[in-house]
Amino acid sequence: MGAIRNWSKEILLFLMALLFLSPIYIIFVNSFKTRQELYENTLALPEQFGLQFYSAAMEQMDFFNAFINSMYVTIVSVAFIVVLSSMTAWMLARSGNWISNVIFMTMIATMLIPFQTIMMPLMQLVTGITQDTGIPLYNTLSGLIFMNIGFHAALSVFLYHGFIKSIPLSLEEAATIDGASKFGVFWRIIFPMLTPITATVAILNVILIWNDFLLPSLTLIDKDLRTIPLSVFYFFGEFTIEWNLAMAGLTLTIIPVVIFYMLAQKYIIKGIGEGAVK
Amino acid sequence: MANRKKIGWYLLFTVPLLIIFTIIVVIPFVIGIYYAFFDWDGIGANPMVFTGLENFRILLEDERFLSSTWLTVLFTVLSVVSVNIAGLAFALLVTSKLKMANLARTMLFMPYLIGGLILGYIWQFVFLDVFTLIGEVTGLESVFFNWLNNEQFALFALVFVFTWQMAGYVMIVYIAGIQGIPGELIEAAKIDGAGSWQRFLRITVPLLMPAFTISLFLTLSYGFKIYDVNLSLTGGGPANATELFAMNIYNEIFGYGNYGYGQAKAIVFFIIIAAITLTQVYLTKKREVEM
Repeated sequence: MGAIRNWSKEILLFLMALLFLSPIYIIFVNSFKTRQELYENTLALPEQFGLQFYSAAMEQMDFFNAFINSMYVTIVSVAFIVVLSSMTAWMLARSGNWISNVIFMTMIATMLIPFQTIMMPLMQLVTGITQDTGIPLYNTLSGLIFMNIGFHAALSVFLYHGFIKSIPLSLEEAATIDGASKFGVFWRIIFPMLTPITATVAILNVILIWNDFLLPSLTLIDKDLRTIPLSVFYFFGEFTIEWNLAMAGLTLTIIPVVIFYMLAQKYIIKGIGEGAVK
Repeated sequence: MANRKKIGWYLLFTVPLLIIFTIIVVIPFVIGIYYAFFDWDGIGANPMVFTGLENFRILLEDERFLSSTWLTVLFTVLSVVSVNIAGLAFALLVTSKLKMANLARTMLFMPYLIGGLILGYIWQFVFLDVFTLIGEVTGLESVFFNWLNNEQFALFALVFVFTWQMAGYVMIVYIAGIQGIPGELIEAAKIDGAGSWQRFLRITVPLLMPAFTISLFLTLSYGFKIYDVNLSLTGGGPANATELFAMNIYNEIFGYGNYGYGQAKAIVFFIIIAAITLTQVYLTKKREVEM
């Protein structure tokens, strides 16, 4: 009796999770259907798994180019964020003077500022810098990376700072006495100890930057600079919606996320948990 | 000498990031406040006219802005409730001893990883096609129809999709909270004859207060700032019935070219968000129980 009840609970939980993800199933199966099939029954499996809508969607979205742009922006931004914010957080946490505290508190306070509050003045500033000094911040991928570093600095420094505070100082002092430079101490002793929080910082930033739409939409103008969210947006905007094409396009954008999730599932859930709790 | 060297290292480690941070966040925030007191269309050649507090006065009479504020408040309240109920329920389910729990947790968290813009497009199709289909088949056409065409239901559709996106996220927060409750405490209550509902209300809920603080903070601020899902799911329509705060600011500045006035809205937006989230954290922190 108890076994049967447990089994039915197991099945019920699984079905509930499946129902929860049903919109993704719907998008997936309909990405193979012809228009007529689609209107006959949205929920049924397709008659054949042809890829013709995928190749059309890929072409219209310029998918490969957008994918490369997204990869480039995400990886380079996250690498800079990890290096710069861990170094900064270590100095702020260990120097213990009032300047460090003021800087740290200011950074935390800015986490309350919504993007919409600074987007217009930021765009004014960035276009101004580009025009007056020739430093190409506006309408370049490097400029977007530069802005990503600035926007995600506060959260990342905050996470590193909390973690560094929990490492006993004696570990560092032992290394410093040996006469290593600050740089050596940091990269050889400290940074390896920060690995768990580095994973968290990297994962949170990958998710935020990969999915970001508003900032890239303001700063990237050229068509061939588009990231994935931008190309999806213009794909839906430029054509009157042909749903089977659109669904192939949406499936394409979900695939990299699913692969990333399958590869790093454990770290992602742990990272999200820690990032949120702190 | 040693001291100078120390300062040198300090600057080397902190200055690069602080310069970028200052250019991208601090300076725009400060000039943003300055812009809010001017009348300006964003074109460099055109004059910026100082109007003092005029922008903020107009704001109080701007019906579209006021209705957008009201919609945002309504959206946020409904979302905070539904996201947290769903997230807590999911967390309780996947921390049970069922074998499926791990797989279910993985699946329930999935939507959060797909960006808001793409989620909105996915659900646009679900409302358009699947909802109408279910309505026709089951005869429940008063519930299952295209919500996006209805001024009232379009807002509910936003709440619905936002819940779908965020429930798995706050679930993770609640899981951490639930796993932190000592098993002996639940056992002791069981022996004392407390029913499962009583155990939930008297033990689980009070000990989950820290998790509530975090989840409420996250859903409140995410909800108030929602933009991507809003843009792709409803685009603010039908007839501006779902133009929420963030979208209203975007349209005012970049759509109508009212840079100064739009920036005044953006500053008010910041003040409201800061006030709400800080008050909320203060209030729920007070209610947390020491273990």
